[in-house]
Amino acid sequence: MSYQLDFSGLVPYLPQFAAGLWTTIELTVISTLGGLLLGTLCAQGRISKDAWLRRSCSCYIEIIRNTPFIVQLFFIFFGLPALGIKLSAWQAGMLAMIINLGAYSAEIIRAGIDAAPKGQWEAGQTLGLTRRQVFWHIILLPAYQRVYPALVSQCIIVMLGSAVVSQISVEELTFSANFVQSRSFLSFESYMVAALVYLLLAILMRQTFALIKRFAFKNPSL
Amino acid sequence: MSLVSLDQVHKYYGENHVLKGVDLKVEAGEVVSIIGRSGSGKSTLLRCMNGLEEYQKGAVIVDNQSVENDDYKLRLLSRSVGMVFQNFNLFPHMTVGENVMLATKLVMKKSSADSEILAKELLEKVGLADKFSAYPGNLSGGQQQRVAIARSLAMSPKVLLCDEITSALDPELVGEVLKVLEKLKQEGMTLILVTHEMNFARDVGDRVVFMNQGRVWETGQSDEVFSNPQTEELQSFLAAVR
Repeated sequence: MSYQLDFSGLVPYLPQFAAGLWTTIELTVISTLGGLLLGTLCAQGRISKDAWLRRSCSCYIEIIRNTPFIVQLFFIFFGLPALGIKLSAWQAGMLAMIINLGAYSAEIIRAGIDAAPKGQWEAGQTLGLTRRQVFWHIILLPAYQRVYPALVSQCIIVMLGSAVVSQISVEELTFSANFVQSRSFLSFESYMVAALVYLLLAILMRQTFALIKRFAFKNPSL
Repeated sequence: MSLVSLDQVHKYYGENHVLKGVDLKVEAGEVVSIIGRSGSGKSTLLRCMNGLEEYQKGAVIVDNQSVENDDYKLRLLSRSVGMVFQNFNLFPHMTVGENVMLATKLVMKKSSADSEILAKELLEKVGLADKFSAYPGNLSGGQQQRVAIARSLAMSPKVLLCDEITSALDPELVGEVLKVLEKLKQEGMTLILVTHEMNFARDVGDRVVFMNQGRVWETGQSDEVFSNPQTEELQSFLAAVR
């Protein structure tokens, strides 16, 4: 056991790592925003008075939550072209991440909505607000606040899950690490760098969400 | 035409017959207290007046509008009927001012400036002008309930329904809320309250409605009802709460 770590050998490949990191950040930011929006709309759909809408939302959520992410990804990238929908690897990866986060966050957000006291709906209704207005203005923000920690964790899981989209050759961080180790034969070092960068990204995400929390939830107690 | 008129209202929760043909008329400017044991249907009756509860038979007419299970009609009705709840139901993520202004902006489509003027006026009226930017979580129960009253007044309702609005308060905070109600009565507001505050019902209320077993068991002018209850049930109820 005398393995000499050689990080200097990775220096020529820094541009590859940087490009991969950038793609990972792109995928993460857009899929987080898109996924949370989709999740919120589905959570609203699940409490709709329209039974058909309610059922379609449940269907979507259950299918996504009960199938592997990589299968969802392959379905979008390799399956959809059969239906004439052709997406680039980047687009397919992004779409898969949005759809995945959408389903999980819908279920988390719904828990927050279910926990809203009935009196909040009634107060809004007696003030003459429509159901939709009550949802968006009264119910939603406290619902986010209730489930915020779970929501943050889910977003980070999806960020880490972005490593999987390297399987359809999206050139993100894991793809870069693969590429570098195949050229430099410094596998240990390459993946160590990748792991460290993912760790830092996760910490950075938590910090960002903590900052958002301070601005978004100003009420002292809930 | 009475401001509020209930005609033979029946309400069932499944098999459970909760309201068994309730007749009640309330004129504009009246203060009517609904009293009775828990489970007698008094809250349910109140909630039938603004559509929070459906009823199965009879008619409820408020401000010349029939109360029906129709979202659009109920939204129109909400401009005539305000409601204050036992648990305040303030919106925790909004400041006091935002709570009061929400409906004026979203429903009445007033500008932010006009809404703010109105909100400050109403908070002044309930004695909380200095709490405009506070969050409900930082207020006492009595203060929260006064904000809730200001919030429902923002829609300038013709009648205010009060559902046990002092029941969740510490005893020393009840007075400040009742004072606001007295002030509203002096200004001519119609109040219908489900209440356990017998002193308030007697001293401030015009009329008392005693509910028992889903019916209006006894009703009359406040002083008469309290000094000379006719039915055995009301006599025993008053003896129990005094």
